[in-house]
Amino acid sequence: MAELRKDEKIIEIVNVSKIFDETAAVEDVNLYVRKGEFITLLGPSGCGKTTTLRMIAGFDIPTSGKILLNGKDITDLPPNKRPVNTVFQRYALFPHYNIYDNVAFGLKLKKIPVTYINDKGETYTKLRKLTRKEIDEKVKNALAVVDLEGFEKRSVSTLSGGQQQRVAIARAIINEPEILLLDEPLGALDLKMRKEMQIELKEMHRKLGITFIYVTHDQEEALTMSDTIVVMKDGRIQQIGTPTAIYNEPANAFVADFIGDSNILSGTMVGRYSVRFCNKNFKCVDDFEKNEKVDVVVRPEDVKMTAPEDGMLTGKVVSVVFKGVHYEITAMVGRSEMVIQSTQSRNIGDVIGMVIEPDDIHIMKKEFTVNKYDGYITKKNTVVFGDGEFECDVTQLYPGSHLDEEGYLITADGERIDLTDIDVTVEVDLKNIEISDNADEGGACGHIVSLIYKGDHYQYIVRTEENEEDFVFDSEDLWNENDYVSVKIKPENIRLTLKQENK
Amino acid sequence: MVKKILSIALCAIVLVFIYAPILLLVVYSFDNSKIIDVSKFNFSFDLYRQLFHNSEIMQILFNTVWLALAAATLSTVLGTAGAIGIFYSKRKIAKPLQAVSQIPVINAEIVTAISLALLFSMVFLYRTYLSLIVGHMVLCTPFVVLSVLPKLKQMDPNTYEAALDLGASPSQALFKVVIPQIFTGILSGFMLSVTLSLDDYIVTAFTKPKAFDTISTYVYNAVKNGTNSSTPALRALSAIIFIIMIAAVLLINLRAGKKKKEAASR
Amino acid sequence: MIKVHFSRKQLCIPYALFLALFVVFPMLMILFYAFTDTVDGSITFTFANFINFFTSTAKLSTLLMSFTVAIISTAICLLIGYPIAYILARSKLRRRNVLLMLFIMPMWINFVLRINALRDLLDVINLLGTQNYLNTIIGMVYDFLPFMILPLYTTLEKLDNSYLEAASDLGGNKFTVFSKVTLPLSMPGVISGITMVFMPSMTNYVVSDTLGNFNITILGKLINEYFTTYDNWHMGSMISIILLVIIFLTLLATGGLKDSKTEARGANLW
Repeated sequence: MAELRKDEKIIEIVNVSKIFDETAAVEDVNLYVRKGEFITLLGPSGCGKTTTLRMIAGFDIPTSGKILLNGKDITDLPPNKRPVNTVFQRYALFPHYNIYDNVAFGLKLKKIPVTYINDKGETYTKLRKLTRKEIDEKVKNALAVVDLEGFEKRSVSTLSGGQQQRVAIARAIINEPEILLLDEPLGALDLKMRKEMQIELKEMHRKLGITFIYVTHDQEEALTMSDTIVVMKDGRIQQIGTPTAIYNEPANAFVADFIGDSNILSGTMVGRYSVRFCNKNFKCVDDFEKNEKVDVVVRPEDVKMTAPEDGMLTGKVVSVVFKGVHYEITAMVGRSEMVIQSTQSRNIGDVIGMVIEPDDIHIMKKEFTVNKYDGYITKKNTVVFGDGEFECDVTQLYPGSHLDEEGYLITADGERIDLTDIDVTVEVDLKNIEISDNADEGGACGHIVSLIYKGDHYQYIVRTEENEEDFVFDSEDLWNENDYVSVKIKPENIRLTLKQENK
Repeated sequence: MVKKILSIALCAIVLVFIYAPILLLVVYSFDNSKIIDVSKFNFSFDLYRQLFHNSEIMQILFNTVWLALAAATLSTVLGTAGAIGIFYSKRKIAKPLQAVSQIPVINAEIVTAISLALLFSMVFLYRTYLSLIVGHMVLCTPFVVLSVLPKLKQMDPNTYEAALDLGASPSQALFKVVIPQIFTGILSGFMLSVTLSLDDYIVTAFTKPKAFDTISTYVYNAVKNGTNSSTPALRALSAIIFIIMIAAVLLINLRAGKKKKEAASR
Repeated sequence: MIKVHFSRKQLCIPYALFLALFVVFPMLMILFYAFTDTVDGSITFTFANFINFFTSTAKLSTLLMSFTVAIISTAICLLIGYPIAYILARSKLRRRNVLLMLFIMPMWINFVLRINALRDLLDVINLLGTQNYLNTIIGMVYDFLPFMILPLYTTLEKLDNSYLEAASDLGGNKFTVFSKVTLPLSMPGVISGITMVFMPSMTNYVVSDTLGNFNITILGKLINEYFTTYDNWHMGSMISIILLVIIFLTLLATGGLKDSKTEARGANLW
């Protein structure tokens, strides 16, 4: 994004973190919002998007960092003092008030300055409440904006979900906020209603001309409505950009997987603007160092089907699903799966060719190539790392060494060393970790917090509960997110090196 | 069919057991003999006349009612504030407070009574109006807390935030948004307090000033001293209270039931 | 301008102080009194009250008497209350709400007056003064039956019909459906009913005095006597502590610690 003039930024979030009970909901977020834009915070549940919104609204105070509104620090300002209004996820309409009183709630509390001139000709200002007539007028207008004319006297419980949603919007915009915050406002509506409201909200944004900050986990909603999308995961921003940029140039495999459908394949750079995956070399527009392991992202609609002999790749169709506008065809290319969207159908078992243009091959650095931990050796010559204890071969720490009967290490020079409590660096390759349902079987236990399909295998992250250590590994087996598993690593696959200070 | 008849028979027998004494008393409140004698019945309003001319009993009736209203009002204010405080506090604070709230609820009344006697005699306030009111508040306040808390839990937590968001100060948000939403809980806490206070004997007996009596303590002492048969007007008093309470409970519940039905049919 | 910082959390401070001063501290005083004695105006620490209680046949027989009265009263309440609650909750009787109201109405009427009405009735049928134990038990059942019916009704009413349908669908006859499904699922109500009846039956001496013609001494009466008649507050406190231990053990045994009594007290009916 181009650097903007400072006065155009309405909200600036600077190094903001929020910690709840020792876990970080938002970590070191930096973000600015331009005046009048429709910005969406997008991510899976628990990614910190709602917390970020609540900090802008003033319901939560950041643990560290600053929030600026029009350049002024509002970090600690209570919510009732901020020119910001919120549309809540489940509307939070006041059940004991009718529609009129709900919408007029903010106005009745508001005081406006009025300038008077006294007998001596001096001017002075006083605060006064709005008159009944002024409030009536504004409520009528606000209800007109959301298409609910004449609903003033109705009670909240008589309205449908969509109507309640509109009241919530009317209640928020009547106060003429500089920013409207929307926390998954369409989450409780059915699909058809949601589509209609998306269009209406976008239209409202255009008419009102104020800044909208929108929170959703629905990537399609984000792509349709936003000027700018902020993709978040685990309290951190993954990517900020326009919908097109986010879709076409995802910054990492997570964004690619989260936004739209994608084929994520493991590849290796084989030269300048040349990448190898599925045992073929492809021209591409991204450049990385030669021999670097990379993730290759190809959108299903960017894979063109051809006759087998014309294809850059050939594969065998294994599934065809009709999706209304297009067919979703899955083909096996060697051991990798390729998903293709096309208006043409194929039969299962057909051999097809596939063509991918260089422009459509998105290459990103592999996030993990090896697991690295800090650990130490125990009395029993096992190693403790990643919240677990594992059998290992300690002799690799000193070339040519061996263990005596008492468990002491004898170096090649015949020196006897007690390894207990020695700090080591542990490395484990992605392919060398296995998991099991049986909690007692492995050295460490945790939940599967992420899985990403990479064409011929899944990449998993298992996170332990105690210190939130991650084990990243590849596997062809399918596990479910949130499964509680134990991590098994063969002793010969644990690479140990002594920490510098112990040498 | 047999099952239905058995069911109805059982219900009928138990209802007779429950209401026979009450009915006996109500009927014989219109009989002026000192002791109930089922072999004869002289219809008269004598006992009612005696009741309303007995200034001692009238004073006691008055005492009982104001004590109940005062204790219930204070308990409702204290308990509602307490419930809101507990609801918004961290678990570390809320859990022990809720646990301690259960003590007067689970405890035997006699133990609560003597514990307060020990406390107030230590500070030389034993058998004063203060000890009496506090005694009744100890009985009632936890019930207010326990009837307000569920209403707070049912409330959409975002409504308070929505009020702040729309410009209300925290206290405005509390009074305009939170209190109205939990009002039924507050009301039922108040009503419960009134009935608990009216019903109480043991705590009252241990905390009341010597010369002060409520209906409970007066009637118990009358039986104990054998003077109950010399004041048959107590029958009329009981009859009036039975009738008023039964009418009130039926009225309130039937109306609540009707409202529920209306809401359901909408 | 002075800014008053208002926080919702702070609203619990008065209540917390109230509990500390009038609930927790007085209970600690009972504990203190139970293990002390006043000799010549000075207070000394002693186990004498504790030993005295368990070596006095009079006190132990009172304890036994209280247990007997409470167990019999609770059992009768359960035997009458369960079928009533079951009928009210599960049958298709019309106007069962009104019927339920009739059963639990006594909760709201002053119990001293009700017990005296019962006394008059027992007098009429010539039981008063002749059958003190029987009368006491009748009185306890009369007073506490609604507190047994209400929690049972609440649990049985909430019982999802599909469990019963599933049980009979899987081949259970009426008896097995009741004993394997209804009864186990209504245990929370049974437990809360028992705790509601058992403890007051051991201590509510107004009932035993009024109907037992002041001839029956239960634990509550004994505590009262040590405070009023004998003026021995230390012994009275010790008996209270023993009573508290019994209450605690009953709650522990029945798992009723979690159950709040508000529901049984009819909080939801007002």
